[in-house]
Amino acid sequence: MRNVNNLDEIRKIIGRHKRWDLLFMITGIIALMIAIMTFIALFTQMLIDGMPRLTWDFFTSFPSRRPEAAGILSAWVGTTLVMLVTAASAVPLGVGAGVYLEEYAPKNLFTEIIEINVTNLAGVPSIIYGLLALGLFVYQLGFGQSILAAGFALALLILPVVIVATREAIRAIPIAIREGAYALGATKWQTVSDHLLPYSAAGILTGIIIGLARAIGETAPIITIGALTFIAFLPPSPVTNEFPYISFEWLTAPFTVMPIQMFNWVSRPEEAFQLNAAAAGLVLVVMTLAMNGLAIYLRYRMRKNIKW
Amino acid sequence: MSKELHKKKNYVGRLGYSYRRNLHERFIESILFLSALLSVVIMLAIIVMLVKESVIFFQHVSIWEFLTDTQWTPLFDDAHYGILPLVAGTVVSSMVALIVALPLGTIIAIYLSEFAPFAVREVAKPFLELLGGVPTVVYGYFALLFVTPLLQMIFPELPGFSLLSAGLVMGIMIIPYVSSMTEDAMRAVPMHLREGSYAMGATRFQTAIRVVAPAAFSGIAAAYILGISRAVGETMVVAIAAGMQPNLTWNPMEPAATITAYIVQVSLGDLPHGSIGYQTIFAAGLTLLLMTLVFNIIGHLLRKRYREIY
Repeated sequence: MRNVNNLDEIRKIIGRHKRWDLLFMITGIIALMIAIMTFIALFTQMLIDGMPRLTWDFFTSFPSRRPEAAGILSAWVGTTLVMLVTAASAVPLGVGAGVYLEEYAPKNLFTEIIEINVTNLAGVPSIIYGLLALGLFVYQLGFGQSILAAGFALALLILPVVIVATREAIRAIPIAIREGAYALGATKWQTVSDHLLPYSAAGILTGIIIGLARAIGETAPIITIGALTFIAFLPPSPVTNEFPYISFEWLTAPFTVMPIQMFNWVSRPEEAFQLNAAAAGLVLVVMTLAMNGLAIYLRYRMRKNIKW
Repeated sequence: MSKELHKKKNYVGRLGYSYRRNLHERFIESILFLSALLSVVIMLAIIVMLVKESVIFFQHVSIWEFLTDTQWTPLFDDAHYGILPLVAGTVVSSMVALIVALPLGTIIAIYLSEFAPFAVREVAKPFLELLGGVPTVVYGYFALLFVTPLLQMIFPELPGFSLLSAGLVMGIMIIPYVSSMTEDAMRAVPMHLREGSYAMGATRFQTAIRVVAPAAFSGIAAAYILGISRAVGETMVVAIAAGMQPNLTWNPMEPAATITAYIVQVSLGDLPHGSIGYQTIFAAGLTLLLMTLVFNIIGHLLRKRYREIY
């Protein structure tokens, strides 16, 4: 009799614990849904507001005082050029630093300092990079409020992302590959450039894309360098008619970028400008989503294909 | 053949080759070293730049006034330089964000790591990552034009700019950072700990809360710290949705400026280089950097103190 009672009690306890399990699972799904629903709400809101404004003219006209005539030509050209500078400076430096830390660095205090420092840099708020760029690039080095200053500011910002991605991609390559290369008499750099870098290229590329997607949407550092101005012209073309056919004048030109243009429109009281903001936001979100999506896809492909 | 190989001329040639090869290696190594060194240089440059301008600022304004004055009106004729209103704005908006982000992020992480079927995880993870990739200016737009009107239906007295709606949206924005790092930490806990727990008759929930979460504590703490420093340093959402008026308040229903929003506000205007207004944004930036630095150090200590080695 006592035994049966005991069993009942145990069953009750088990039942209670299972209910907790179920309860938590439902909570988990609800939490996930909140995040996903927010994203859907955000996207739908912008789609409803912005879609009617997304015509061909929107991409080919300059910002204007009249909301119906305003467009994002100078903004997307500016974004493209700034990203060029950012990629050209952040990729070699980030990959170089990643390779050094993973393959060359001796195990000593100095290396540890660099490593801790990279982690700390990733935690520095983006607006602080803006202040650095304002003080250093805009005034100290005299770049002015130019594409070059903005590109460098964003490059500093995404440097930790590229470094970490490079390190992780290289670390995933088994030691046997290195030993094989050394056994055949390759030097360290030959091993790195002929084997490690090509094998980790997809992983590094994923990191670069994620970094650039972040840079495209960054607003704060660019506002800080003082680039929120009315820009109704394009920077000088990089290709010219005269010898030497390539001009770097655009590097020092004033500019605007997509998120700045959007911020400008959001902060105006007229509702018509806010529709423009929605349209610009839509373009921006689609751009970053496409880049992040590409990165996720690359990573997925990599995980599926590479079997060391 | 071996005779040829040992010809003196050939031998010297090979030595020369090896010398050049070494030089080449050294050269490349130093270039790589320099790019690694750059990260330290950047950190130093940030500190030097902020400290340099702040020192000039503190020659005009005493540190005591900076820390205790309750008004921040550096651009008015009657200038007050008390950082408190900005710090209060930053703390309130971050608190709101963290009240949203930490519980939701943790629940999502535990669910994805311990409960969710494989297919759900494969879909949800990239989706969360996309959510984290949306530019912050877009979240600002969302907070101002979607969340604020929504909240005004519930609280009709809510003003058009408020720390509440900025904080809520910021919280949603931070969820992916918290959840993905927490989940990584939990998945790094070896399977045999879970198996041991299940073998003792524990349910999934008990295993997750009493075995996996404590084992992953250092990683979870790091995720929380990252979330906190994101919230403190977030700029665009608060600049757009919380208004840019410094306001010493602990009430999230009011508009107020954060440290970051103030920097944005000043940068929007055309302040001459070298003026006191120009220096205030560096002093504000230094305050912000110190705040995030404190959190980073706490995170580092927690990680060191509670790191589990399997």
